[in-house]
Amino acid sequence: MRRKVSKRNVALYGLLCVLCVPFVFPTWWMVTSSMKPISEIFSESLLPSEWTFSTYSQVFRMQPFGQQYWNSLYIAVIVTVGTMAVAALAGYAFARIRFPGQNALFVVVLTGLLIPSEVTIVPLFQLFQSLGLTNTHWPLIIVPIFGAPCVLAIFIMRQFFIALPPELEEAARMDGLGRAGIFYRIALPLSRPALGAVAIFTFLHSWNLYLEPIVYLSTPDMFTLPQALTQFVDIYGGPMFNVQLAAATMTAVPILVVFVLAQRQFIEGLAHTGVKG
Amino acid sequence: MTFWTYRRRDNLVGYLFVAPALLGSLAFVLIPLGLVAWYSLNEWNVLGGTFEFIGGENYKQLLADEKLRESLVATAWFAAGLVVLNLSLALLLAVLLNQKLRGTTLFRTLFFSPVLVSLVAWTLVWQLMLQPDGSVNGLLSVLGVDGPNWLRGESTAMVSVIVVQVIKNVGLNMVLFLAALQGVPAPLYEAAKIDGAGAWRRFRSITIPLISPTILLTSIITIVGSLQVFAQIAVLTQGGPGTSTTVLIYYLYQQAFQFHHFGYGATISVLLFVIVAALTLVQWRMRRKWVLHEA
Repeated sequence: MRRKVSKRNVALYGLLCVLCVPFVFPTWWMVTSSMKPISEIFSESLLPSEWTFSTYSQVFRMQPFGQQYWNSLYIAVIVTVGTMAVAALAGYAFARIRFPGQNALFVVVLTGLLIPSEVTIVPLFQLFQSLGLTNTHWPLIIVPIFGAPCVLAIFIMRQFFIALPPELEEAARMDGLGRAGIFYRIALPLSRPALGAVAIFTFLHSWNLYLEPIVYLSTPDMFTLPQALTQFVDIYGGPMFNVQLAAATMTAVPILVVFVLAQRQFIEGLAHTGVKG
Repeated sequence: MTFWTYRRRDNLVGYLFVAPALLGSLAFVLIPLGLVAWYSLNEWNVLGGTFEFIGGENYKQLLADEKLRESLVATAWFAAGLVVLNLSLALLLAVLLNQKLRGTTLFRTLFFSPVLVSLVAWTLVWQLMLQPDGSVNGLLSVLGVDGPNWLRGESTAMVSVIVVQVIKNVGLNMVLFLAALQGVPAPLYEAAKIDGAGAWRRFRSITIPLISPTILLTSIITIVGSLQVFAQIAVLTQGGPGTSTTVLIYYLYQQAFQFHHFGYGATISVLLFVIVAALTLVQWRMRRKWVLHEA
């Protein structure tokens, strides 16, 4: 056996470790500081001098945090499923079916990519206010399903379906399967990698939404997590940093754990789509 | 012959499949965009309850608005700094991770992990770490450097916002670059080596041209994304100090939802749309010039 730890490799490892610090340290600091007494937040210690978990129960006493967690979660799930459905249907039709006006319609849909959702927030706010839907979750669900993130999803799905070999569909057609059947039985199951990437993008987008919740929502029981995180203040209005960090930890860590468990599919799915798109 | 030929049925299915996307983008993207254009021609103060047609007055105000000019400057600095730092760091990390080395999967996971940390959580953590007596300055003092009050100095605030955003999201571009690098055929490098090309030369003349479609894709995504950075600004600096980090979108938010000038807010939205559309168009045109081949 040859054992070769060359100088070059040592240098590479050194460089990677140094570069890693700003990526890893904030998460480490968030988790450990959430268990520090508030007086220690601005000390340089890497670990708390005494571990306190009372910050975690305080999170739930100061805000309806369980409710807010549920709000964020269920909104993100509905938006993800809705976007996958709309994008798969439209992406398939634009890629595989020839119908009059197709290209024009595709251009119309694509313009959505050029319009950041922030541009249209004033009229949309007006619309939802006139429908009596402010301080409800409707705007956070409906708009993303059809807005710019969905257009990106349609684009990804279309690129995927275009690359699919036509022979599969022709065989199914010979067997008497209609268009909807071909889509549902043949094309959709094959598109799982692309759908996976769409799901990840969409979920994260919804989970991170911040401008829309603070524009539309006004009562704590309706808040989503990003908005709730900024609300942990003491009776004088001063932010309670360690409680904030406990809430932030609870927001971030579950997703990180899921990611580490599924990271291979996760990253490769994204990369795959990126190359194709 | 029946009326419902396969062709006709196929057309119908096509329209039905695109209908949700099409109606949705009409209702929530295109019609609102038209309304924004209309609102921008009106004086509309929500608190005062006034809504009145004033023609191009808002646009006149736009041209004369000193704060808007400062905001455009801040937006340009932010976008430029973000794109340059993000793409070069992403490429550097991808090249490092593309070496034959044990444990690159672990490093890939670590570099990617901030992408998944909730945006506001990430920003809150950095806000605390960037305080004068926070961890960043603590680390710098170990190295013998006396760190500034990052979020309260005009240039350091901008640098902080850019760096926090780059570290958060560079993992996405890194993954895209990594996939592109792995698609470059190895024989090309070997042939160049035989011809005596050094590492830098091989990188410049083989790698860069071959991954140029990915460079285009990531730069479009990153530039357009940089114009939508809101939560980071709102949490870290609230646009300050002064107007040094008041990027366009934050200025739009202030005008429309803090000062309740919906008409003027809509005018800024129109400007934002024009900028995004122009940038995308320019980049799309440029692909012919410097992208070697389409992906």
